[in-house]
Amino acid sequence: MTGVRRRLDAALPLLAIWVPVLISIVYVVGFTLYTVWISFTPSTLLPDYGWVGLRNYSAILATRNWQIAANNMAIYGFCFLLLTTALGLSLAVLIDQKLRGENVFRTIFLYPLAVSFVVTGVVWGWLLNPGIGIQKLVVGLGWTDFRFDWLVDRDRALYCIVLAGAWQASGFAMALFLAGLRSVDADLMKAAQIDGAGPLRTYRRVILPSIWPIFIAVFVILLQFAIKTFDLAMALTGGGPGIATVLPSIVVYDFMFQRGLLGRGSAAAVLLLLMLLAVLLPYAVFRRWQHVRNARNA
Amino acid sequence: MRSTRIAVYLLVTVLTAIYLLPLLVVALNSLRTTQEIFANGMIGLPRALSFGNFADAWSGLCIAEHCTGIRSYMLNSFLMTLPATILSTFFGALLGYAISLWRFRGDLWVFGLITLGVFLPEQMKLVPWVLVLRDLGLYNSVGGLILIHVVQGISFTTLFCRNYYIGIPPELVKAARIDGAGFFRIFWRIVLPLSPPILIVTIIWQFTGIWNEYLYGVTFASGEHQPVTAALIALAVTVSEAPQYGVQSAAVLIAAAPTLFVYLLGGKYFMRGLTAGAVK
Repeated sequence: MTGVRRRLDAALPLLAIWVPVLISIVYVVGFTLYTVWISFTPSTLLPDYGWVGLRNYSAILATRNWQIAANNMAIYGFCFLLLTTALGLSLAVLIDQKLRGENVFRTIFLYPLAVSFVVTGVVWGWLLNPGIGIQKLVVGLGWTDFRFDWLVDRDRALYCIVLAGAWQASGFAMALFLAGLRSVDADLMKAAQIDGAGPLRTYRRVILPSIWPIFIAVFVILLQFAIKTFDLAMALTGGGPGIATVLPSIVVYDFMFQRGLLGRGSAAAVLLLLMLLAVLLPYAVFRRWQHVRNARNA
Repeated sequence: MRSTRIAVYLLVTVLTAIYLLPLLVVALNSLRTTQEIFANGMIGLPRALSFGNFADAWSGLCIAEHCTGIRSYMLNSFLMTLPATILSTFFGALLGYAISLWRFRGDLWVFGLITLGVFLPEQMKLVPWVLVLRDLGLYNSVGGLILIHVVQGISFTTLFCRNYYIGIPPELVKAARIDGAGFFRIFWRIVLPLSPPILIVTIIWQFTGIWNEYLYGVTFASGEHQPVTAALIALAVTVSEAPQYGVQSAAVLIAAAPTLFVYLLGGKYFMRGLTAGAVK
């Protein structure tokens, strides 16, 4: 009896550690490899383990949907990054002015992050809808020529996703920048002020350059955020008008579950992963370099 | 100097109004009738308060073919989010402790691999999940979504907890081991009592993330088994011919309320998990 008990005592921690660990490893490594494999097969509605080489990739890359999605990704990624960083930085600098009620402002600028993209998309869809939203309001106030109908404009609907995305994510950028601003050496700021630099100049010449690693972190996080965008676009534009605002994540979903082409969809998913790696791998190298440099300086 | 201060406050006030606008619009419209919204637009004050929208949204609204409101979808979301949050946090704490304090052969490799899961896009896991859920008979069920969110969540929770536990002096655990305390005894008696700060952060982020998730919800559940995020989009499609903005606003507000409530309650902890949590 005691022998069994003791053996159980020894085995239990191993079980408790290794069962979830193995499940996680299968999930991270196994699932990824499986999707990569499927992307090289002719799978349609069900997995089919033949081999078609890169045919799914060339087929996906040749579709109009993917080409539009990739193009949209570049525009959306760039604009979203620019607008969100600019907003986040402005908010952080404003809050950094020792505002009374700082906590209240911070809470308000950050609350969108607690709301789901679906809610954000639906609500911004209403605000940007020319028939009932901002355009209607301004027209009602007397500017009868006012037009703000980007949401139903093929060439501009993508920027609606940028707006809603920036509204949701800029509080996050603000929080990171604010933490950076608060960590800047007070002596550095005093020295700049003694030299006669005004507040704007102090920010531009002294404070912002000294927090450049935060800019890189914000860029990387926002970019991977942009690459993964799915819910927001589905709720706001559904990829439309037509397919004007499709993004790579929507193409994956479309091929996998609407057209029932698992091989093609998986190839699109792998392409999405490659985009993500193109952002994250250089960042990992950068972090490593930073780490080594800090260790050497210490 | 004085005028700059005033300008700063003015600017912050304007920005505050812009950030609050969507929430305000939804809250006000949840009290207006659809006819009034059609006539005067989305942005405006209610002429007369109509609280009927909430009752309609809760139990009368038609989503796809079911005219039972969002009540059952809210219930699905709770039934999915609460167990998945608790289980993933528990396993994350256990693994975080095993990796940082108990230590075992290859623990850092295991940690590296598991946390890679934080960065992988959901799209890479859709096809394998289809097969796993089908083989387990969990397709189109809340149980399947719980499984997905627990497995996916372990990556985040392990990362959170491990990074917190490396701050606990290892001597504490070493001394306990010399005294003959086992893996679980140390976990319950030493590690968990030190954990509330990180567990609150983890629970808040898991709850928010799982509640707000959409892709898995719409892919692996259909009809009345869907969580409320998927139901909101299905609702928008259902009523696209004749939108019911008042009732829809009430539905949106109800669906957003749990995570907003958690955010207001635990804002400080929400901030602490920010960098790691936002990587999702």
